Amino acid sequence: MTAPPKPDARQALHDRVWDLLAPLTDPEIPVITLRDLGVLRDVRDGADGLQVVITPTYSGCPAMGQIEDDVKAALAAHGIEAQVITQLSPVWTTDWMPAQAKEKLRAYGIAPPHTRDAEQLSVVQFAARAPHAPSVACPQCASVNTTETSHFGSTACKAMYKCLDCLEPFDYFKPY
Amino acid sequence: MSAHYLLHLADNALILGQRNAEWCGHGPVLEEDIALANNSLDLIGQARLLYQHAAELLGHGATEDSLAYFRDVPDFLNYTLLELPHSNALLPTASSDRDFATTIVRNFLYSALMVLVWEKLQNSQDSQLAAIAAKSLKEVRYHLRHARDWLVRMGDGTAESHTRAQNALNHLFAYTQEFWTPSAHETAACQSGMGMDASSLQADWNTLVDQALAQATLSRPASGGFVSTGKQAVHSEHLGFVLAEMQSLARAHPTATW
Repeated sequence: MTAPPKPDARQALHDRVWDLLAPLTDPEIPVITLRDLGVLRDVRDGADGLQVVITPTYSGCPAMGQIEDDVKAALAAHGIEAQVITQLSPVWTTDWMPAQAKEKLRAYGIAPPHTRDAEQLSVVQFAARAPHAPSVACPQCASVNTTETSHFGSTACKAMYKCLDCLEPFDYFKPY
Repeated sequence: MSAHYLLHLADNALILGQRNAEWCGHGPVLEEDIALANNSLDLIGQARLLYQHAAELLGHGATEDSLAYFRDVPDFLNYTLLELPHSNALLPTASSDRDFATTIVRNFLYSALMVLVWEKLQNSQDSQLAAIAAKSLKEVRYHLRHARDWLVRMGDGTAESHTRAQNALNHLFAYTQEFWTPSAHETAACQSGMGMDASSLQADWNTLVDQALAQATLSRPASGGFVSTGKQAVHSEHLGFVLAEMQSLARAHPTATW
């Protein structure tokens, strides 16, 4: 038995884990990191050793299993074993996404999510689409003359839009 | 028993998720095929979280899979509304075994309830249920918006689409009475602080529904008559067929992993 590592040694390990996990990206949207997405919540010491805490995006998002595997593999490659804990609260929100991540999404061709404040209406207003609901700018030509073609797109987190000026279809990352 | 309340919520999500998934590959247009599959994905995801939590409370080796795949009709606690087929003989305008109007009207009636239910359950004294509610609320708002848009488009559309939407509404509306008659497990969950009294939501639900129906130029059918009892585990003849399809693979290979 060795003595338990000193707190600063643990802190160094935690920092190293954060560094190792920093390049991991969303399996479906490879331009955005798990940290920027807000999925990667915490690195901490649990009763049985190191824990990495993640939170799911949509309840049914099939990428969560992949994300868990990616986290474990990234650490295992450096001989670090960690338990991946899924935590639901605080509930994931697209508002956690920093501005530079939103810019990466836009450059990739996905219109980034509006903040939820702008969409935060009563249920009736939300469902009935209040007239002042914010418009979504085309990631190609920046026109706000766009229209939604479907609420649901290729993944749970996106809606399908079309630009009425440059006529390009595009994805919109929905506020959650 | 509090796990029964979780099973009621989970079974609702799973059975409607399974029903809506019947559209996968058969949607009227590609966008709707994808939309309904997305909707199912959310519902099945919610069901998984709820089953996982219920399994912890139940113990005795229960898992999310044992609860979804190895219970039978008399164990399921979902609303009867959610197990009905997308079409049946009472729908004179349904032209195939999947009537899109039925799907949309059902999703609308249920989502309008669930936005209110999840909103309340965010304050559940069961912290895990409160966390699931906070996630589910965000998802069901989009489900309601989707169903409501289509309801208005069909109701206020052509004579044909209006008639189909009205017929679906006439067929399904009576089943919503089940929302407002508390079952023993709902009452127990309400008293324990885990659940809430669904009948307290009826006025808000009426507002949501009536506003949408007015915009859709559809008329609200009269309520009354038989009150369905699915949430008390007494089901229509349709649930057995849903389970047979959904559970057959798991039951054929009960120890399989992947």
